[in-house]
Amino acid sequence: MLQAEGVWFRYARDRPWVLTGDDLGIEAGEVLGLCGPSGGGKSTLGRVLAGHLRPDRGRVTVDGAVPRPRRAPHPVQLVLQQPERAIDPRWTVRQALAATGAELDGLDERLVHRDWLDRYPHEISGGELQRVNLARALLVRPRYLVADEISASLDAVTQARIWTLLLEHCREAGIGVLAISHDRPLLETVAGRVLDRSPVPDAAG
Amino acid sequence: MTAVLERPGRRFADRRSRTLAWVGLSVLVVLGVVVAGGLAADAAQTTSLTDRNLGPSASHWFGTDRLGRDMLARTLAGLRLSLVVGVAAAVVSAAIALALACSAAVFGGVVDRAVGWLVDLFLALPHLVLLILVAFALGGGTGAVVAAVALTHWPTLTRVLRGRAREVMSSDYVAISRQQGHGRGWIARRHLAGHLTGHFLVGTVLLFPHAILHEAALSFLGLGVDPGEPSIGILLAESMRHLTAGAWWLAVLPGLCLLVVVTLVDTIGSSSRALLDPRSHHL
Repeated sequence: MLQAEGVWFRYARDRPWVLTGDDLGIEAGEVLGLCGPSGGGKSTLGRVLAGHLRPDRGRVTVDGAVPRPRRAPHPVQLVLQQPERAIDPRWTVRQALAATGAELDGLDERLVHRDWLDRYPHEISGGELQRVNLARALLVRPRYLVADEISASLDAVTQARIWTLLLEHCREAGIGVLAISHDRPLLETVAGRVLDRSPVPDAAG
Repeated sequence: MTAVLERPGRRFADRRSRTLAWVGLSVLVVLGVVVAGGLAADAAQTTSLTDRNLGPSASHWFGTDRLGRDMLARTLAGLRLSLVVGVAAAVVSAAIALALACSAAVFGGVVDRAVGWLVDLFLALPHLVLLILVAFALGGGTGAVVAAVALTHWPTLTRVLRGRAREVMSSDYVAISRQQGHGRGWIARRHLAGHLTGHFLVGTVLLFPHAILHEAALSFLGLGVDPGEPSIGILLAESMRHLTAGAWWLAVLPGLCLLVVVTLVDTIGSSSRALLDPRSHHL
């Protein structure tokens, strides 16, 4: 179980709190939706869960222990909204996927087409790049996946395709998913349950 | 326009090979100058008092100076010396900048602050004064010029590289590489190196004319290369005394040659950067 226990976070000492004692739990294989308005701290919570940011108070545990991977992939992987920022623009798709250390032979063709492998990120479309991004997160065999607005900038058909692939892969491998979005109907479609995050109260600073 | 739209691959390939041809040609010419300068070393010092102050002619393309030395041979020898001093000083300076910028970005914290402070300190000092002091302390000569220029010209490039390196290190793709279990060394090699190459090349090339000009300035002041050696700086300094007597070839021809060589080196730098950049790797 991926669990956040009383997590507090702020970006600097003189900045207001973004997370104020947040609690959250995701079972293995569960898809949890996190909904809320922009600027409400959803992405920050996602980054704290994935270990990008360290909470000031409280803790994030995976199966009861705080994950401290050394030279190994973090059990919680993050897929970001803008894939062009998540992949080094100087790398080809093959290099980006190979950096995970996994074999590319078993790659799902529906996720990453063979023809894209030797292209640079700016040479494939946004939807295709997001699929590469997702494939990279899945290649390291994570226990949990934080999908932060992964389909926000895509058209409806591409959105549906990405979510179908993601849910299929996660169901197969028993990966727990935190789906972050401000699009409630989308979350109600893909997630088993949906949590609402209210905006951070101004007085908290 | 339709032709361009129909055959984009052909057009890109042509442009890439044109750039490659330019780089190749420039490298050849610069190497040619270095070799020719070496071969002309003796001729550059041979005096012939019967051929004093001759203008450009078939036997002396660049004319002769007040001691009857052939100016073409002196210009070639001078260019060679300037190139050696310029390249050596620019490369050492750029290497210092790269090392400092990378360590600041990779280790961060105290190291980053120390590098920032060092850059500010050196930028606050007038670098010409520092240059003269270092050259004086080292006793003059070619080595002293290289050391003085190298030791005074790293701060600007360090600042540029440090800024770029910080941008890369704080990017999402580096955060994701970290999350996938990669350490500092791996990130520096795989992410940082590629992103800094272009800036490093351009920065090194931009240091080159600076180095040559400072070599000329130091030689003019008597702290640079030995006055007997025909560096371009010394040739230009000597020519000042004869310009009023109408000996224009002493300054104009070596000056033009210097300009051409600097432009060629500039072409090599900026074209290599364009060839290495994935966004223009097939332009």
